[in-house]
Amino acid sequence: MPLVGTPVPRLEAPDKVTGAACYVDDFALPGMIYGVTVRSPGPRGRIRRIRLGDGIPWEEITVVTARDIPGDNVVALINDDQPCLAAEVYNHAEEAVVLLAHRDRALLERARRQVHLDVEPLPPVLTIDDALAAREVIWGTDNIIKSYLVEQGDVEAALREADLVVQGEYETGAQEHLYIEPNGMVAVATPEDGVTVWGSLQCPYYVQKALMRLFRLPPERTRVVQLETGGGFGGKEDYPSMIAAHAALLSWKAGGVPVKIVYDRTEDMLATTKRHPSRTRHRTGLRRDGTLVALDIDFVIDGGAYSTLSQVVLSRGTIHAAGPYRCDNVRIRGRAVATNTPPRGAFRGFGAPQSLFALERHLDVVARAAGLPPEELRRRNFIRRGERLAVGQQVRDGVDLPALLERALQVSGWTERKNRFRQENQRGTIRRGLGLSCFLHGTGFTGSGESHLASTVALEGTAEGRVRVLTSSTEIGQGTNTIFSQIAADALGVGGEIIEVPRPDTAAVPDSGPTVASRTCTIVGKLIETAALSLRQQLLEEGLLPLPYTTGDFQAACAAYVRQRGALRATARYQPPPGIHWDEVRFRGDAYGAYSWAVYVAQVRVDLCTYQAQVEEFWTVQEVGRVVNPTLAAGQIEGGVAQAIGWALYEHVAWQEGRMANCRMTDYIIPTTMDIPPIHVWFEEAPYPYGAFGAKGLGELPMDGPAPAILNAIHDALGVSICRVPATPEVIYDALSREEALV
Amino acid sequence: MSDGSGQQIDLHFVVNGQAVTVRCHPMARLLDVLREELHLTGTKEGCGEGECGACAVVMDGELVNSCLVPAAQAAGVQLRTVEGLAAGGRLAPLQEAFLHCNGAQCGICTPGMLMAAFCLLQHNPHPSEEAVRVALAGNLCRCTGYAKIVAAVARAAQEGGDAL
Amino acid sequence: MRFDVAAYKLRTPQSVQEALAWMAAEPGALRPLAGGTDLMVLLAAGKLPGGQFVNLWPLRELRTIEVTSDSVTLGALTTYSDVQAHPVLQQEFPMLVEAARQTGGWAIQNRGTLGGNIGNASPAADSPPALLCYDAELELRSAQGSRWLPYHGFHTGYRQTLLRPDEIIARLRLPRRRGQRLHCYRKVGPRQAQAISKVCFAGCADLEDGRLVSVRIALGGVAPTVVRCPETEHILAAATSPAALDEAAARASLSRQMAPIDDIRSTARYRRRVAENLLGQFVAVLRLHPGWATP
Repeated sequence: MPLVGTPVPRLEAPDKVTGAACYVDDFALPGMIYGVTVRSPGPRGRIRRIRLGDGIPWEEITVVTARDIPGDNVVALINDDQPCLAAEVYNHAEEAVVLLAHRDRALLERARRQVHLDVEPLPPVLTIDDALAAREVIWGTDNIIKSYLVEQGDVEAALREADLVVQGEYETGAQEHLYIEPNGMVAVATPEDGVTVWGSLQCPYYVQKALMRLFRLPPERTRVVQLETGGGFGGKEDYPSMIAAHAALLSWKAGGVPVKIVYDRTEDMLATTKRHPSRTRHRTGLRRDGTLVALDIDFVIDGGAYSTLSQVVLSRGTIHAAGPYRCDNVRIRGRAVATNTPPRGAFRGFGAPQSLFALERHLDVVARAAGLPPEELRRRNFIRRGERLAVGQQVRDGVDLPALLERALQVSGWTERKNRFRQENQRGTIRRGLGLSCFLHGTGFTGSGESHLASTVALEGTAEGRVRVLTSSTEIGQGTNTIFSQIAADALGVGGEIIEVPRPDTAAVPDSGPTVASRTCTIVGKLIETAALSLRQQLLEEGLLPLPYTTGDFQAACAAYVRQRGALRATARYQPPPGIHWDEVRFRGDAYGAYSWAVYVAQVRVDLCTYQAQVEEFWTVQEVGRVVNPTLAAGQIEGGVAQAIGWALYEHVAWQEGRMANCRMTDYIIPTTMDIPPIHVWFEEAPYPYGAFGAKGLGELPMDGPAPAILNAIHDALGVSICRVPATPEVIYDALSREEALV
Repeated sequence: MSDGSGQQIDLHFVVNGQAVTVRCHPMARLLDVLREELHLTGTKEGCGEGECGACAVVMDGELVNSCLVPAAQAAGVQLRTVEGLAAGGRLAPLQEAFLHCNGAQCGICTPGMLMAAFCLLQHNPHPSEEAVRVALAGNLCRCTGYAKIVAAVARAAQEGGDAL
Repeated sequence: MRFDVAAYKLRTPQSVQEALAWMAAEPGALRPLAGGTDLMVLLAAGKLPGGQFVNLWPLRELRTIEVTSDSVTLGALTTYSDVQAHPVLQQEFPMLVEAARQTGGWAIQNRGTLGGNIGNASPAADSPPALLCYDAELELRSAQGSRWLPYHGFHTGYRQTLLRPDEIIARLRLPRRRGQRLHCYRKVGPRQAQAISKVCFAGCADLEDGRLVSVRIALGGVAPTVVRCPETEHILAAATSPAALDEAAARASLSRQMAPIDDIRSTARYRRRVAENLLGQFVAVLRLHPGWATP
């Protein structure tokens, strides 16, 4: 019986419900000592001297500074501009400068407080406006890390000729991932045996690449092993390379003693990455009938002090900025700027939530200006199969956006509720509203990314007649292990009980790419499907497998093959779908192999006494290709919506001099059970031929749509347009009192 | 350092039905005693400030955050941790329900969630959905949006009866 | 790990007397530790000053609720869960029950104590506004004996109290009142559960023979301490009919009794306005109260 499409229970769940699962904080090696990090005191400055204070037995403590790095002092990623340890200058608060290790953690803490950094502060750049003004230049020649321009048609002419032009400015704040497991690593490193690290991470080969550069080691002597990982959301995409490097440097200097660094919550919040803050300006031209004739979009994200992944976050954000609509005249200028704040990194959605927030919020403003219901404006402008997105990509998916919209309106009881709220809102201090958003999310890496990655997976038959699925794709809660085993089992035509998905270890698995970009199921899964077919073919060609066959037959064939021929192994390597072309220079073409599409509806209640907005009910309708595991998929949608509700209403990072001031769970507010409403999940399935069993990307999609739907609902409830997230009660109060002042 | 340095006590308590004695500082966090002295690493540290609930355990029948309990206050108590839910190699109905409903995603909040849910069902074997949400409000989860956790607790209440 | 347990000494007494004797022997050297929901947070953050603590949690004699015909007396170790479960408190002191229900999550409610909440002296604490409205009295006990004080006035400044270094908060007493009483408690935090107040409002009003005989209002989160608002109380209490409740004057007076600040949790502007709005809700509820004499 096929497993794809069925709710196979999570494979590693038994370990998770019994406490047996081993996370980095649970992992220990004999003789292991602990490492801590001494960090920069302010947003920008020169390091004059490092002084070790009194009263500490320094001779017992391993002390590492930039001078101890055997190779290049960079965290290798894209531009290699981020040092592993600040040497002469620091460019953001809480930048790592000195590392200490000792077995006694209490002594280590005293020692940390006795490392004094004599510094000369320099004027910092702290906001997008400061960065663009470039009075202080902290990155390149103009503080601009990267810029992109998408252009089609003639925007200026179309705006001149439009019947109506509507402008708006939208802002989104930083967001902390707040995985419940803080970051951590254990390392053993010596010049003789190389470096091995174990830890909480999403992308084993990213960590390996960084360590190779730092220690000048070949890949075979740089081993990265993932441990059970307590949530990632992008927050364990690039920063684990930094912590792995720190732990390894300490171990290297301490003569190969295992070193563990686990951040506490405050350090994790202060030092690790956040979602990029953004500011988007829209100028939109329409015809009288509501047809969009011009979209002029200026999208800026704040990348923080080093470039990390900002350019790829920017490219996704830029491409998604025009949403699922057709428009002949589009100009999208995307820029990522540098500021003296801790570098921003990957976070579920990867730039798309920011630019889609601006667009979908703006379209409600536009609809009001045009005198159209928000759903009608969208309906009139939806892109259809065969038409081209702003980057010139022809839509090949079997998408039917009007049908998704109809379904969302129908399941949410849109019209009936709207009418009811209009009545009820006349009385009392509670206002209710409905809002919607329509959006898309590109599957896998942007542009030529997947071709450059050239991901590889391997399937291995064992002498016991079992099949091992070897990939570097990590289980971080989303269900990688389970869906991989479903895909492999179905492609092989066997039961799931003979499939094993070992934990990623760079010494044992091929590089199937990072666990990011909603690519695991669809792209890596497709490679598994391909490799499985090839493995099966080998058995068939050897005449070991009868047709039809049972799982038992397959096991026997597999065992026989290994006995007779040695290793049974099949690999598959990524090939782009036919007809896909991306022009990186002109930034045009097929940005993604496929898109997932969605319409979300939020019902919001605003209390005029406290100005608190709460989501009361949430409806999601999405087309994500084939759903491999409905329970896990629904879990992704519900979890993503919850995280996006947090971003929309609660999660405010309070910056003070470029440092997160509310760096505790008590003060950085994520939703509890009492803040998350019923979330309804509907999947439409239009199989995508180049994704595993028809699957498209899924994990990031639910992060894109909720914020604009929720703020549109607030607009509906209050008649006041709020153009920034998080829409905290303070923001809503300020907006209402501005409105009152105008009256 | 103060005159407290080196203060140690012999702490006796019962954990998951087993009497134990641990030599530790009376101000040590119960969380660290469990994880480091008793190697019961199922109990997790997510924040160290009683906010996330990942370290929740049941102490004398009441849910507590073990990161906020000084060891001295655990003297003589009966403790239950996530390691003590399954019995005789069989998962408890609550654990089975988490498996069935996908109540655990990344799994790091799961031990605390299970203990809160376990404690709830001990106090109130048939809670309403609202009661489940109230009881779990001190346990933060970043993966699930809570729906499948709440569903798992409801399922366990339905199926487990009194034999949690 | 930001702390070193060796910096602390924690002594467990056999009785309250023993604890007080220790505290008398070294005044100021021993600090009381109850359920740990505040101090252990500071410990882990590396912000708990080193020194000696006295472990009050095991002293069951401080965890009692006694009900007499004219008062309810709560031991200082009464937890928020104890408060919620008590039928007399539910019936007659619903604002205290509501405050307990809204303090932290369940695990915190099982360990957080009323004495600790008062002694910790946070201006954003949830139960103090209710206690102020209910005219709570505190028993402070030392080796020399005990003294009862009105809770109102106990907090003398930001995190400052009248508690002497050799004293502990032993009990709280709430006078019972028969008759029609209106209670209105609302905590405004950043989310629906497990939140620290931005503003907290408690108001109660007593009606006798169709007339308002007293009004009490207290606020948390808007000044260096929790505050009673006597000026506003007088304005409202002067009303002889629902129509005579002067909301505008009450709001204006409330504003004068606040000194909210901007911090990482909210803004002064917001706190001020919401406190006024909560007062407005209280007035609205008061207007609709069936206890008024029909004209």
